[in-house]
Amino acid sequence: MMTPEEKAETKKRQKTRNLVVGGGLLFFVFLFYAITIVRMGD
Amino acid sequence: MTATANTKAAVNLPADWRDFFALTKPRVMSLVIFTGLCGLLAAPGTIHPVIGFTAILCIAMGAGGAAALNQWWEADIDAGMKRTAARPLPSGKIKPIDARDFGIGLSSASVVIMGVAVDWLAAAILGFSVIYYAVIYTIWLKPRTPQNIVIGGGAGAFPPMIGWIAVTGDVTIMPVLLFAIIFFWTPPHFWALALFVKTDYAKVGIPMLPVVAGERVTRRQILAYSAFLVPLAVSPWIIGATGAIYGIAALALTLAFFAFSIPVGLRESSGDNDDMKPEKRLFAFSILYLFALFAVLVVDRVAAAQGWIA
Repeated sequence: MMTPEEKAETKKRQKTRNLVVGGGLLFFVFLFYAITIVRMGD
Repeated sequence: MTATANTKAAVNLPADWRDFFALTKPRVMSLVIFTGLCGLLAAPGTIHPVIGFTAILCIAMGAGGAAALNQWWEADIDAGMKRTAARPLPSGKIKPIDARDFGIGLSSASVVIMGVAVDWLAAAILGFSVIYYAVIYTIWLKPRTPQNIVIGGGAGAFPPMIGWIAVTGDVTIMPVLLFAIIFFWTPPHFWALALFVKTDYAKVGIPMLPVVAGERVTRRQILAYSAFLVPLAVSPWIIGATGAIYGIAALALTLAFFAFSIPVGLRESSGDNDDMKPEKRLFAFSILYLFALFAVLVVDRVAAAQGWIA
């Protein structure tokens, strides 16, 4: 059983991790777009 | 895995993203990124900045993935050593299965992206370097032979080679020489460290050279590798692949490296009260040495491209 502090910390960590993963995915979307544009010019 | 039962099994809270980042050994990765970037910048030819950035990103991801797999396998060993006991796995901040999946995912993605976006030969060598570090070195040879560091040096020697091949698309003598420089730099670099943390390695049963063969042999080996590094580091200049800027700087830096290794190679430690200053100095200088050597390689290439030198 989690204490209220542990629950709050769990929520906080999950939120931060989701933001990091989301940011990473967005980064790769832009990177693949840029790679495609560069490769099309080869 | 060796046996993770001894590490803290219960992980109540989800791992923080910083713990995953720590799994990638960021400090080691900084050297990997730097040498990979130098290999890429020093190579003859041009590469689009986006593709070059992708190549370095893939090298970093591959190194990070391999480091995560290394820590997953060695969680129990790390738990037994003061230097590594606070890492995310032995301290119970990350579940072993999460670390393993993170390592596999990161290294697989790095190889695929490198192949699709940059070059398949570079991707193949990147994939081999991950397997070399995570399987051949970590699982197979590190716990079995006191020459583990010599063999492990190969894993860290791949990045400049991969960076170079990302530009040229083929393997020539120069990327092989860059590989060889890091390969022969690693033993004196790491054995200097092993000399002043040898108690830890002995405790967890890793057959480091100072533990198995003794200090005297290790010190002689450090000296021998450092001496061999002198002609090797200068060889790109001798064969005409670089200019005098690199040649003179490489000679000066490697002679300094050799000079630092002489007191380490010729002395005997005076027991537990020895402060091991020569070993610590050699270890610190060895890191500076590699950064400086590869930086000057790029400076030399830029100078040649700009026509500053003949």
